[in-house]
Amino acid sequence: MDWTAIVLSLRLAALVSAALLVIGLPIAYWLTFSSSRWRFLFESVVALPLVLPPTVLGFYLLVALGSRSPVGRAWTAWTGHGLAFTFEALVIASILYSLPFGVQPVAASFAQIDRSLLDASAILGAGRLRTFWRIILPLSLNGIMASAVLTFAHTLGEFGVVLMVGGNLPGITRTVSIAIYDEVQSFNLAAAHQTAVVLLVFSFAALSIVYALLRKPWAVAPWA
Amino acid sequence: MGVNLAVRVRTRLSPQFRLDVDFDAAPGVTIVFGESGSGKSTLLRCVAGLTQPDEGLIRLGDRTLFDASTGVTVAPARRRIGFVFQHLALFPHLTAADNIAYGMARLPPAERRDRTAAIAKSFRIGHLLERRPGEISGGERQRVGVARSLVTDPEILLLDEPLSALDHHTQSRIIADLRQWNDARRIPILYVTHSQREVFALGERALVLQDGVIIADGTPHQVMEMPSHEHVAQLAGFENLLDTVVVTRRPEAGVMVCRLAGTSVDLETPLADVEQGRAVRVAIRAGDILIGIERPHGLSARNIVPATIASLARQGAVMRVEASLGVPLEVHVTPAASEELGLRAGLAVWLVIKTRSCRPMTAI
Repeated sequence: MDWTAIVLSLRLAALVSAALLVIGLPIAYWLTFSSSRWRFLFESVVALPLVLPPTVLGFYLLVALGSRSPVGRAWTAWTGHGLAFTFEALVIASILYSLPFGVQPVAASFAQIDRSLLDASAILGAGRLRTFWRIILPLSLNGIMASAVLTFAHTLGEFGVVLMVGGNLPGITRTVSIAIYDEVQSFNLAAAHQTAVVLLVFSFAALSIVYALLRKPWAVAPWA
Repeated sequence: MGVNLAVRVRTRLSPQFRLDVDFDAAPGVTIVFGESGSGKSTLLRCVAGLTQPDEGLIRLGDRTLFDASTGVTVAPARRRIGFVFQHLALFPHLTAADNIAYGMARLPPAERRDRTAAIAKSFRIGHLLERRPGEISGGERQRVGVARSLVTDPEILLLDEPLSALDHHTQSRIIADLRQWNDARRIPILYVTHSQREVFALGERALVLQDGVIIADGTPHQVMEMPSHEHVAQLAGFENLLDTVVVTRRPEAGVMVCRLAGTSVDLETPLADVEQGRAVRVAIRAGDILIGIERPHGLSARNIVPATIASLARQGAVMRVEASLGVPLEVHVTPAASEELGLRAGLAVWLVIKTRSCRPMTAI
């Protein structure tokens, strides 16, 4: 079993989940409560990674992060080395790739909150920030946790984007899914099997947690 | 001491629906009465700042809350308004105490606690402060909702059908507590309801809203017992609305005689501002009509007309009798009276209606 790859994947997934918690909340808030007529465009952008082949996303990311892109140049100027084929590139790519998972469950649980609770909060003198912390966030905890678990699992399982952006550098960018692919390519089926089982069990457990969390939505008050 | 609320707003919510109201509310309870869809809730939301009207002015004492001409719109959080929502909108994850204290975030914790305890006591919910809304009864939740909106010392209280889901007894007790609370403060309270009972129980004044417009304004008695608007009569429970034509006017006696359309039956009604020969609708409560099986005499009632019973149906404690005098007329009697008189379909009877029980509908 390739423990280096497993640890690397876990580290990547944890970082991406944490980052998407921070990035996903404001995006989900805006998507839920904005009355902008252009909202549908942002919804499409957020959902894009769901329908794009990972290779397409990976290809454009590689171009965007490459040494000739503004981002790549800025990175090189700042750190002294290129961005492509590094662990940092994997994190950036995975955040974009998992964006729908970091936003949609959160937005869905925001949308389930009875709007009159938000009206009540405003009338009782609370600004948007206080309403968010005291009302919206506590009533969406299940959705937020589901979102984090899904992001984590989805990042663990990604393959195409990682391969395009990160390549296959052991200990740096070689994730579980790429390790499995490698083992299969070299007819090391027993090793592939061991690692694959870990991923299978983990994914099943993660999904079970999500569905168990979402089974009883908090935000829909039975007396409302 | 409370201040006056002045509301003049116009707003178009959909191509078909427009709210257009202009009224002042003094300290005390003003009932806003109307069917669902009449614009009652929208009116409250405009005053609270949750909906922005297209045009108009909302003032509370000398504070301008909204003025379309100068572009002033005070945010709901700064209007110093208490609002009790139709479904209460209690925060489900907070205890009753935290719900009540929510609006006092700027006060020191000790004062917050004291005020929460004090208002909980006056609304009889002191024993359930540590429970969440899901763990208490409907009436108790209502009390928490009212306490939460009052504890911030609002300058005006808006209630959107707050008691419609409760039984009469609980309603009356909460209303009594609310009255007592407001006796000391005297702030304007706008109380939205579609229940006739609440209009009488609470109101010092009633506005009737229909299709976004105020169609009646007066004391509950004036509005509900002597409606001059057909729609108000329907809302106020006048079962009979009869098409008639004015045949004689007798201003010296304060009465006029109206002939039921399509019949030769005349009814004496109080004098109204309708010319002779013009059509007027007359509203009569089914419970204000007496039935006799012989022609009564020696009565002060002026309208004694022959009719035939078309059908009878018992509805709870009321026997609904449909009598025909060329046009159908609904009459309510007790089942016992019906039995004693031997009322049955086809029986010829006499209907007795006092002049004052007939209300000509003069408003448009």
